[in-house]
Amino acid sequence: MLVINNLKAAIEGKNILKGISLEVRPGEIHAIMGPNGSGKSTLAAVLAGREIVEVTEGSITFFGKDLLDMSPEARAREGIFLGFQYPIEIPGVSMVNFMKTAVNEHRKHNGLGPLSASDFLKLMREKKELVEIDSKLANRSVNEGFSGGEKKKNEIFQMAILEPKLAILDETDSGLDIDALRIVANGVNKLRRADNSTIVITHYQRLLDYIIPDFVHVMYDGRLVKSAGKELAMELEEKGYDWIKKEVDIQD
Amino acid sequence: MDSKTEITERFSNLYIDNIHRIAEGSTSFINSFREPAFRLFDQLGVPTRKNEAYKYTNLDIFFKHDYKNYFIPERADFVKAEEFRCDVVDLDVHGIVLINGFYPTINPKLHELPGGIWIGSLNEAAMKFPDEIEKHYGKYAKSESDGLVHLNTAMASDGVFVHVPAGTVLKKPIQVINLVDSVEDTFNQHRNLIIVEENAEITLIICDHTLSPQKFLTNAVTEIFGGENAHFEIIRVQNEHNNACKITHTFIHQESNSYALSNNITLHGGLIRNSTYHYLGGEGAETASYGLFLADKWQHVDNFVNVDHATPNCTSNQLFKGVLDDMSTGAFNGRIFVARDSQGTFAYQKNNNILLTDDAKMDSKPQLEIYADDVKCSHGATVGQLDDDALFYLQSRGIDKKQARLMLMFGFAHEVIQNIRVEPLRDRIDNLVMQRLKGELSRCASCMVKCG
Repeated sequence: MLVINNLKAAIEGKNILKGISLEVRPGEIHAIMGPNGSGKSTLAAVLAGREIVEVTEGSITFFGKDLLDMSPEARAREGIFLGFQYPIEIPGVSMVNFMKTAVNEHRKHNGLGPLSASDFLKLMREKKELVEIDSKLANRSVNEGFSGGEKKKNEIFQMAILEPKLAILDETDSGLDIDALRIVANGVNKLRRADNSTIVITHYQRLLDYIIPDFVHVMYDGRLVKSAGKELAMELEEKGYDWIKKEVDIQD
Repeated sequence: MDSKTEITERFSNLYIDNIHRIAEGSTSFINSFREPAFRLFDQLGVPTRKNEAYKYTNLDIFFKHDYKNYFIPERADFVKAEEFRCDVVDLDVHGIVLINGFYPTINPKLHELPGGIWIGSLNEAAMKFPDEIEKHYGKYAKSESDGLVHLNTAMASDGVFVHVPAGTVLKKPIQVINLVDSVEDTFNQHRNLIIVEENAEITLIICDHTLSPQKFLTNAVTEIFGGENAHFEIIRVQNEHNNACKITHTFIHQESNSYALSNNITLHGGLIRNSTYHYLGGEGAETASYGLFLADKWQHVDNFVNVDHATPNCTSNQLFKGVLDDMSTGAFNGRIFVARDSQGTFAYQKNNNILLTDDAKMDSKPQLEIYADDVKCSHGATVGQLDDDALFYLQSRGIDKKQARLMLMFGFAHEVIQNIRVEPLRDRIDNLVMQRLKGELSRCASCMVKCG
């Protein structure tokens, strides 16, 4: 579904990604781990189409289409979803209006007419239960005055509504207490299907106790330096990142 | 001012030539204010940019123009006013329509509403209720620096009078529609007096419209008295064409434990200047001063707010927002004055503006003068572009950039609109704002003017 080939990218002239290759197939969960500043969030930003990141080399295809050629909104409609590390507060824009607009854009893209008001409310209700989000949050402005945990739950709520083919969760676990973490992870697990995939970007192994990855990749200095099964996460938890850094530095 | 400008000279002559005609329709009490006010105007003149309060607004373009001045209405003018219907669906109001500041002659100029409320012509009211007029008229509209307030006192012929007796709660809002319509370029002045006695409650909607494409200059003064424990909201909707200049001066005087809300929504207009003066004259009074404007092309919108915490334990809250497109310009000047003994004051001010182009310009100036110690005060002003992070967030959910921009602008504006409690009006303004942001002309269906 997603093929990243030798991707290099820079922010304001500074090279951040230095040749990433990764393939994600339907149904898979990939975890990308790594120390701070290794380029994990930059990769997420490139996938979602953030303009500030400049791709200097390489390619990304999504179901065979050139992803780098698409606007952020086109990528979303094709089925890519980014769960933000720091969800944005948007005063004056209600969650309902936001999601209704987004859902209808997706439907339009798929040749469907807009959802009726009652069908939309039904959809909201169903998904609210799924992610255990407080009903009141959905009536407020987007993320405005939400706690850290509520903001992250709200990301999963949006993901549940939009049903992406590929979800990229950028540090979704950061700043979450154990209950919120469990709710967020449950949401992800419940939404899992044979035809959708998830990339979980995380600093800690903790989230991976709840979301079991098929593959774990370690990113260091803009490269995926190690890939293995879920046991790699355990090893990282135990030994930290230093041994990987050493390995890489020796090779360099 | 030492040297009188040519403009001031012309308006002074206008007074001298016409004062006998203007005075004919008013009572001697109202007329007694004219001569002293004229002398003050003659001294202060039409404000120039040397006047600190008009630093960012150049009135010359509209004041230099030679208007076919308009003091006494012609009967024929009222056909349109009689026919005019506000097209806001479900807006259930007690309405009055004025044309160029005058009342249609067919309906009674002054009439009674449920609860003993009187609305109508100030001149008529001055005859029928001389005590009320003498108690309040000219008591609140005071200015040491703005000659236009005095020009109004000197020359305004008529305007709206509203009297809400003590304890009367009027659920249905009162709507005043100010139409400007003439075959000639016209200079208008209205003078309004709103009295809300103790424990009374009303909502007043004032809509400003232009019906013909001529050049218009309006200089309006409104005095509002809120008695003890009174509760009132004044919502002003300004929707005029680019060749119209509207200058409003609103003086709100509040007694103890009263609540006042002023909300100026400026959708369209060539040059707009709203001065709103809040005087907190009794303990426990609360006042809110809100405003929203959308400007494009060469439009200019200036909001000037003065909140005077003259007594302890009062609260004030200012929120003004602007969206400026093309080469439009705007100004906000928010003054908070806390008197020496006004302990326990809460005073807040926020002014946020979005510039959609590099050519648009906004000047924002907070002015805090605090002479008491126990005061909680805050102010913040921003002038910027749409938030890129927010834009990307919306796009990342599949919403296209254009739509996302619109949603952000609308959300920005809605923070002011959401304070309007009259639901059909709030929905309607939401709608008009959305149309305006989309670049469509937000005119009411009954407006014949192709402006923009």
